[in-house]
Amino acid sequence: MALPKYKADATQERLSHVSRPVGGFSEAARRDALSRVENLGLPTRRDEYWKYTRPETLVEVDAPPAARLVTDEAPIFSDLECLKVVFVDGVYDADASDALDLEGIEIHRLADAPDLLWARDIYGVLETRGQAPVARPLASLNTACATDGVLIRVTQTPRKPISLIYRHVSETSDAMLHHCIKIEPQASVTILETGPAAARFNACMEVEVAANAQCHHIRMQGRDHERRTVSHIFARLCEASTFKTFTLTANGVLTRNEVVVELTGDGGVAHVAGACLGDGAFHHDDTVFITHDAENCESRQVFKKVLRNGAVGVFQGKILVKAGAQKTDGYQISQSLLLDDDSQFLAKPELEIYADDVVCSHGSTSGAIDETALFYLRARGIDRGTATDLMTIAFVAEAVAEVEDVALQDEITDLVENWLLRRREP
Amino acid sequence: MLEIKNLHVELEEEGKQILKGVDLTVDAGKVHAIMGPNGSGKSTLSYVLSGRDGYQVTAGSATLLGEDLLEMEPEERAAAGMFLAFQYPVEIPGVGNMTFLRTAVNSQRKARGEEEMSATDFLKSVRAKAKSLKIDADMLKRPVNVGFSGGEKKRNEILQMAMLEPKLCILDETDSGLDVDAMKLVSEGVNALRDAGRGFLVITHYQRLLDHIKPDVVHIMANGRMVTSGGPELALEVEKNGYADILKETA
Repeated sequence: MALPKYKADATQERLSHVSRPVGGFSEAARRDALSRVENLGLPTRRDEYWKYTRPETLVEVDAPPAARLVTDEAPIFSDLECLKVVFVDGVYDADASDALDLEGIEIHRLADAPDLLWARDIYGVLETRGQAPVARPLASLNTACATDGVLIRVTQTPRKPISLIYRHVSETSDAMLHHCIKIEPQASVTILETGPAAARFNACMEVEVAANAQCHHIRMQGRDHERRTVSHIFARLCEASTFKTFTLTANGVLTRNEVVVELTGDGGVAHVAGACLGDGAFHHDDTVFITHDAENCESRQVFKKVLRNGAVGVFQGKILVKAGAQKTDGYQISQSLLLDDDSQFLAKPELEIYADDVVCSHGSTSGAIDETALFYLRARGIDRGTATDLMTIAFVAEAVAEVEDVALQDEITDLVENWLLRRREP
Repeated sequence: MLEIKNLHVELEEEGKQILKGVDLTVDAGKVHAIMGPNGSGKSTLSYVLSGRDGYQVTAGSATLLGEDLLEMEPEERAAAGMFLAFQYPVEIPGVGNMTFLRTAVNSQRKARGEEEMSATDFLKSVRAKAKSLKIDADMLKRPVNVGFSGGEKKRNEILQMAMLEPKLCILDETDSGLDVDAMKLVSEGVNALRDAGRGFLVITHYQRLLDHIKPDVVHIMANGRMVTSGGPELALEVEKNGYADILKETA
């Protein structure tokens, strides 16, 4: 089907201004991705899937500039022992990174990776699988054009997490990173992603979790107020494997985080969680699609949004249970705490179930601080600001609790607390 | 210690008058009980004194140790020594009981210009007090009042009272929802806090609680004001004959 002209034109305009790496193992996958972009067309505001979030600034040729956040605070997780891989405005920085060497993993920079059979089976492959039934053309654009990223194969559980650190230096940087991660049977890995990355950032991560393997992914998106991000995570889970992802987003003028999970083996577990804190010019969109295509799998979606001063939160979450995916246990909750009357939360929870022996529950709420509880705390001598913060931290706690490591949980809660403290009325 | 003069209060939204000239003085070291039929304004009095929204004071005054209570925010009243044990303690999911208690104790200390309690001292103190109220470590760890039984909630109120060491304690129907054993436990907790520097205002429907917490003065409240006062024998009279006779006499 031919694209409408406005869409085809916008797509061609963008494609004519991006450079695409050539050669390497991903050459064919990139060519395929390019034709997917041309066939699907880049998103416009008329697309149903972009009804609540305007994609223009993510699509247009030049990235809108974004000032860097100036702070003397140490970045989150900086004290944690991990293998650091640093990208500056989307370019790998060897000097700032640790040597790409850790027992139990093979890790390569995408830009100069050798021809790896395992990576060929993932690069662009999981992204392609994620294109139906809903198109995600910005992910295909990433597959076609990403200039950097890492390929990680986890053969045995490494002794420390892998930390991908994204620094933002240039106010006009426009970065695309593409990562492929494969966790072999029985192995377990923790992947951290932190930082704003660029003025505009298009991130794509493809993860394959083999039988009995585990992947824990924890992401802190940078606090730069004007940054824009579109991210995609495509995860394919095999038998009895676990994939848990948590994202904290504080600030950022526009963020769209898509997570697409496919449970393909019996007994798989997928948890997708996120908390966001928005103040003023802030638009945050969590779009999640979980497909149950095997028996006895469990999926959880837990999203909490704290919004003030006209901030906007969006949640589009879907659980698709295919015929035969019996004994599915699906759970989805999306909640917003609106700290004033100007903020908005738009939620579209969806369940589509073709199996007859499943448990699926979902809920979505939007509300203000509970005045009765607030009075109770104040009557004990806790001032209004502290009491509100205590309750706000309690509100996001259910999402933060999805992070298994308690030390990481504490760091995340500290970040939330500090964010709230900076906004305390004097 | 607590001086209430000619206090008139109406509901902010409906404009309905609830308190119609309450006069009450509670001295340090004394326990005053307020009894009265439903709708007489007992709970409203406790909320107005502790600073809950939704009430409009149209006349009169209320001071605690000479300070104008009605001008203060709820947290300022608490720091000044006011404590309300709630009839229905509020559940606050996600906020740990210990975090709540420590924040409350240190907020009040800070407001009064005192040094904050160290983590070790706090822990020692809370453990000792919790033990005497039969509050176990698990209850301290759980979110505030979440999943607590009626009795546990009331014991938790008394624990807060013990930790915060207020000057004036208002107990709003603390006996409601308590079985005999729980009432005894709660009363022991309250009695342990009785001292020369602290006043109590015990609001109740039943004489039963006053067998355990012996009042110095009993007031009968009806239709928004105190109609009569007396010694503990007044509570016994209510228990025996109901309010009708007393109200008739004072009408």
